Amino acid sequence: MSFEQVLQYIFSGITVGSIYAVVAIGFNIIYNSTGIINFAQGEFVMMGGIIAHSFTPTMPLFLAVVLAVVITTAVGSLIELVFIRSLKNPSVLRMIIITIGLSILIREIALHIWDEKIRALPFFTGSEVTSITIFGAHISPQVLWVLGITALIVVALQFFFYFTFTGQAMRACAANRKAASLCGINTRKMVNLSFCLSAAIGAVAGCTVSPLTQTHYAMGTPLAIKGFTVAILGGLGNSTAAVLAGLLLGLLESFSISLLPMAYKDVIAISILLLILFFRPGGLFQSRQIVALKSF
Amino acid sequence: MDLKRYYPVVVLILVVILIQILTSLFGITFYLTQLTMSAYYSLLTIGLCMLMGYAGQISLGQAGFFAIGGYTTAFLTTVNLIDKAEAPVLSLFKSLGIMVLREDLYGNKILHLSPWVAFLFAVIITIFIAFLIGVPVLKLKGHYLAMATLGFGIIVYRVVLGTRAFGEADGITRVPGFNLLPGIRVSGDFANRVENYYIAWVLVIIGAILLINLVNSRAGRALRYLHGSEEAASTMGVNVSRYKLNVFVLSAIYASVAGVFLTHFNAGIGPSEASVMKSVRYVAIVAAGGMANLWGTLIMAVTLNFLSLRGVFGTYDDAVFAVILIVIMLFAPRGLIRKGVISEIEFAFKKLKPGGIIKVKRES
Amino acid sequence: MKKTLILMVGLLLFTSLAFAGGEKEAAEKKPIKVGAIFAVTGPASFLGAPEAKTVEMLVEEINAQGGILGRPLEVIVKDSAASPEKAISFAKQLIEEEKVIAILGPSTSGETLQIKELCESAQTILISCAAAESIVDPVASYVFKTPQKDSYAAIKIFQTMNEMGIERIGVVAANTGFGNAGIGQLKKYAPEHGIEIAIAETYDRAATDLTAVLTKINAQGIEAVVNWSIVPAQSIIPKNMKQLGMNVPLFQSHGFGNIKYVEAAGSAAEGIIFPCGRLLVAELLPDDHPQKNVLVTYKQNYESRFNEDVSTFGGHAYDALLILKKGIEMANSTDKAETRSAIENIKDFPGTGGVFSFSPADHNGLGIDSFEMLTVKNGKFALYKE
Repeated sequence: MSFEQVLQYIFSGITVGSIYAVVAIGFNIIYNSTGIINFAQGEFVMMGGIIAHSFTPTMPLFLAVVLAVVITTAVGSLIELVFIRSLKNPSVLRMIIITIGLSILIREIALHIWDEKIRALPFFTGSEVTSITIFGAHISPQVLWVLGITALIVVALQFFFYFTFTGQAMRACAANRKAASLCGINTRKMVNLSFCLSAAIGAVAGCTVSPLTQTHYAMGTPLAIKGFTVAILGGLGNSTAAVLAGLLLGLLESFSISLLPMAYKDVIAISILLLILFFRPGGLFQSRQIVALKSF
Repeated sequence: MDLKRYYPVVVLILVVILIQILTSLFGITFYLTQLTMSAYYSLLTIGLCMLMGYAGQISLGQAGFFAIGGYTTAFLTTVNLIDKAEAPVLSLFKSLGIMVLREDLYGNKILHLSPWVAFLFAVIITIFIAFLIGVPVLKLKGHYLAMATLGFGIIVYRVVLGTRAFGEADGITRVPGFNLLPGIRVSGDFANRVENYYIAWVLVIIGAILLINLVNSRAGRALRYLHGSEEAASTMGVNVSRYKLNVFVLSAIYASVAGVFLTHFNAGIGPSEASVMKSVRYVAIVAAGGMANLWGTLIMAVTLNFLSLRGVFGTYDDAVFAVILIVIMLFAPRGLIRKGVISEIEFAFKKLKPGGIIKVKRES
Repeated sequence: MKKTLILMVGLLLFTSLAFAGGEKEAAEKKPIKVGAIFAVTGPASFLGAPEAKTVEMLVEEINAQGGILGRPLEVIVKDSAASPEKAISFAKQLIEEEKVIAILGPSTSGETLQIKELCESAQTILISCAAAESIVDPVASYVFKTPQKDSYAAIKIFQTMNEMGIERIGVVAANTGFGNAGIGQLKKYAPEHGIEIAIAETYDRAATDLTAVLTKINAQGIEAVVNWSIVPAQSIIPKNMKQLGMNVPLFQSHGFGNIKYVEAAGSAAEGIIFPCGRLLVAELLPDDHPQKNVLVTYKQNYESRFNEDVSTFGGHAYDALLILKKGIEMANSTDKAETRSAIENIKDFPGTGGVFSFSPADHNGLGIDSFEMLTVKNGKFALYKE
């Protein structure tokens, strides 16, 4: 393999990996504040793209994206209000089933509101045929957008969780909900906020990747599965680890293609993931003690 | 021995017979086709119910075991060995009487292994794989366990979808019937329908009885009375991990057997049977049936699969399924089919009304 | 416990009897019942949805014109969501309970192959809207299909390559029945056209980025890429190729016949060459072309009614129902065996996929001339001419 090729596989892996990472971050935010995995996370990504696409004929792209993010955030908030808030001490499995149900429901509603056809937002800069050459390998400007926005989200989240009062309150909720509420933190508001935040991040991701991956009513579930994989690989609740894990999975997939038929890409990637889980049951970047705390 | 726990089995047997008689009387035996298919899916589901409800282990890879069973038997009973008929191994097999020579619709001669051998082979492979992955997987907990079983399901799906021998996206077709005993044949022919209905339900009933016994075994009782606390059960001298592994393997066998029989009944299998959404569906049905509730799960599985296989909801099939899940999980989280559910739902609705009995505390 | 038992009995009885309502109709003017199994939702909805819409529209048109043989037409559409087990269940239901004369669809090859033998042994006509050649080879007397043969598409592509002097190619396909069948046909016909397939890979329908696999293909020193796919992910291929700076021509299969795929690929779609039926270029055909009338009628009716662009997939369902109608009229009976042999005798029948001429040995009825090489110019389909 020539140097250019290796570099090209790396770029390819990073592109795919950063898409997975953004979805995984969405999982982590809700997991941290509620201890549940929101399997409808992939649907937020789909909604972002599909709503923005519906607005593009009537307004500039930027405005359409903003509007799509706002609407998706509102839906995220609504989901929390209607389906999550009324439950007191629900079991993890119950929450998993509810979010799976929501995921299917949103997908089917999208099918009946829009249709089964594919859509793609225009490229943020350049077009489908623009290509940037770096050391002999090629990359689309949209990939740089995806990478940039992923990085921005991670940095902004770190800042939010560690340096703002609301963020710290959310972390307090995650650590111990009862204690947080005794300290005067409105835990319900925090849970709602976490849904808003992950819906917004999902929608931003959905708009950013749409020119590359295209948007389709059923795109949510495969993305959610990959995002969940990455979140687990990194260790649930740890967003920085999720980015690393996402890139790792992306690279694993991309290099498995270089050696073996692409049909077995997932087989290779998931087998390695399972092996990692067997030897490090808490994910790659997490200690066993934390895992023991956060189980069913 | 406490016979009381077998009463529902007797009721189930009576209902199965009653339905058959009624459909014959009204000339609507075609309903038995979908009831047979639903029965096989139910067999898988009650196995999963055992695993989730009683052993406390989630498995998002159950469709994988179903596919292992179905694809193994489909492959072994369709791969044509006629060109290699003179090979010594095959001559040996032939003299043992475990080869079948048949003619398909187009007059081609096909020589393949007998379905009985394929069936046994499928079960052995399933047990082997279940042990192989069960040992490390069952050490995991919570979401990590969910991910590991999901991963297993994805691997099986990708393998059947990517392998030429398994027909890739088209799956395997033209799977012959399975002569269980002389005169008893698992196949989808309209003439064999009533017989197949009983074959399927006898399997479900046997499965249910086995499960009832397992639940009431020493380890099963210990776990149940300790509300699934593994630590407490361990201190009582129960080998919890051994028990969990056994249940895991047993539930895999249920799934695999269901796969084998349904594949012969449908005369084929496609990769959609191995898909992740199928596994999710099974888990959801168990949850909606009330987790550790064998009969609730069975009824949910039969009803939902029956309606879906008849296409009652048209293009809203998935949507209706999702709504049912959400509603049950919101208002009757311990399942729909059990004692006191009506009053609980009433209670939940009263809570929704303004000025309702919000402050009433209720033991749940 | 008692309540559980009562509930259990009740529910089982309910499910068994709730849908048991029989129907009694007047013997005369009884509608002709036809079944249809389409993947309206699920992973193949981009096939099933236009097919179901087309059939719905065509049934109304036929009934407005007085039906078939003076009897109204009733089509029962079942949504299989592309899963074979549902297709099997629905096929049994349609054959036995509804006693349909014929089944249209299913949308995908996998489903069709699963019910092929079933329809053959139940002697019910099956007119599939799926592409795989194994549907009509070996010929089952009751099984027909309307989409053009994959082999002709492969040959058409190779002929164009010969003209362009291309000898070494890479193939990518989706991991669907359509994609697998396509790879098979390409491999089969490549040697006799002097073309070497350096590499063949498949990608998932949910693929999000295909630069890795294209990098692998590009490293083989190929002169053209063939992408054989029917899933939306096929639009990612042209974009990724441009991004990687691959300047070799891209050939697509007849599964590219939906303008939405061109829109999704944007300017990267320019110059794609693919074989296709004439539906997409109906307006460009000369007036005396035998298909002109049926193509323009279908296109206009569909687009004005559903407010969306027509695709070749819906056209396959259009052809299926028209062929069945023609067969029933020729047989002057709704007897399944007579209609079946009447369909075998249909000759020079213009449909959206081409001009059909069936025979006992050919249950597809289309020749290689049903394909036209098309290309994409300024975001629109155009005829490809040297």
